[in-house]
Amino acid sequence: MSRRRSDWEQRPQARIRKWYKEGFLALDEEIIDHLTQEPRHTHLQEELIEAQQQAESSRQHDRALALERLDQHNMLIWARTRGRKAISRFHVVLALALGLLMIIFLLDTVAYMPRFGDPNAPGANEVSRRYIEQGLTETGATNIVAGMILDYRAFDTLGEATVLFIAASAVLILLRIDRNKDGSPVQELIAAESDDQHYEPRNDRILQGSAMVLSPIIFLYGIYIILNGHLSPGGGFSGGAIISAGLILYLDAFGFEKAGRFFTYKTFMWVSFFALSFYALAKAYSFYCGANGIPSGIPLGTPGAILSGGLIMPLNIAVGMVVACTMYIFYALFRKGGL
Amino acid sequence: MPWSLLYENLEQTVAVILFGIGFSILLLQRNLIRKIIGLNIMDTAVYLFLASMGYISGRKAPIVVDGVTEVTAYINPIPAGLVLTGIVVSVSFTAIMLALTVRLYRRYHTLDIDEIAMLARGEDA
Repeated sequence: MSRRRSDWEQRPQARIRKWYKEGFLALDEEIIDHLTQEPRHTHLQEELIEAQQQAESSRQHDRALALERLDQHNMLIWARTRGRKAISRFHVVLALALGLLMIIFLLDTVAYMPRFGDPNAPGANEVSRRYIEQGLTETGATNIVAGMILDYRAFDTLGEATVLFIAASAVLILLRIDRNKDGSPVQELIAAESDDQHYEPRNDRILQGSAMVLSPIIFLYGIYIILNGHLSPGGGFSGGAIISAGLILYLDAFGFEKAGRFFTYKTFMWVSFFALSFYALAKAYSFYCGANGIPSGIPLGTPGAILSGGLIMPLNIAVGMVVACTMYIFYALFRKGGL
Repeated sequence: MPWSLLYENLEQTVAVILFGIGFSILLLQRNLIRKIIGLNIMDTAVYLFLASMGYISGRKAPIVVDGVTEVTAYINPIPAGLVLTGIVVSVSFTAIMLALTVRLYRRYHTLDIDEIAMLARGEDA
């Protein structure tokens, strides 16, 4: 537009018009101006325009870059505040949808399951019939479940006891706070001791009095459940858990010092070791005899008597010892990081 | 779909819903302790399912009384043994996971799994 106008000003008609409108003086001025002006160099002008264009384009580039940076910044802030919220909301919706979908699929499966209490359910097959019909004569245990888990499926129960022992060892590795080599306590141990003194009851007379009465009864009850495992509901796992409850009650009431008189790491180690190895050796002997058709020489006794069921009662005792030690050591480690 | 059967299998239906609830807790919660609780709810659902599968209506627990060893007198003893195994394994892994949680808390002073992951990534970098 500007160029056209300058062209127009250069044209004769425009000059005549100027002369006509503003008189000679203006025209003279213009002529003088024109004569004194430097001659126009077109290539210089082109360079100038080019430079201007370059400057313009670089300015545009800078502006675009700044805008982009601003966008990135905004996106970062969005991701840190609202975006995180949106993503977490999306996760919540997805998790709920997944849970619901799972429930619906499983409900669909349940609709095709055998009915509750159905005597012809496929689970009640020849295996359970054999256990019920022959269990008493073959294992000597009136509690068919005890006979099943400690005789027919004793290998599985050995695995369970080993799983418990390995869990206790793993927790021991993870949570035990060691002393220094010269026997002085490390910083962590001092902190744990002070925490324990602060949060746990010390010499609580009500607790001590009830523990004095209750602990022996709880021990007796646990022993009763273990020893009657082959005759009535119960067995090594439940009886061991009850004994460990009594131990924990004693520890809570009287503190680590008094409990440490009869239960240390060495007790845990030796009791677990002897119980597990006795279990493994006894069942190895009985499996060996059973597989080779040799009479094992273990009397089954009269069903219903306390000394009956062959190996089931000793195995129950072994399992109960492992369970009691494991539970007690779990509690001690989680409470203070040691015995 | 025979949805009316769900009412007849009420115990299994409840077990399945409990399982779904535990699974959702496992997915939804960021707190590690709550995740472990969700896993334990799932375990409980499995025990309920197994125990309900073993029941036969009108029969007694498999403890021989007066020498009666007929199949029609007792319920299925196998699910009881399976539930026992499940309980032991669940106790063991709960203890190990809680111990790991204690260690993580001692190191990062938070139970939020996302924050722990972020802090651990910061340590690597």
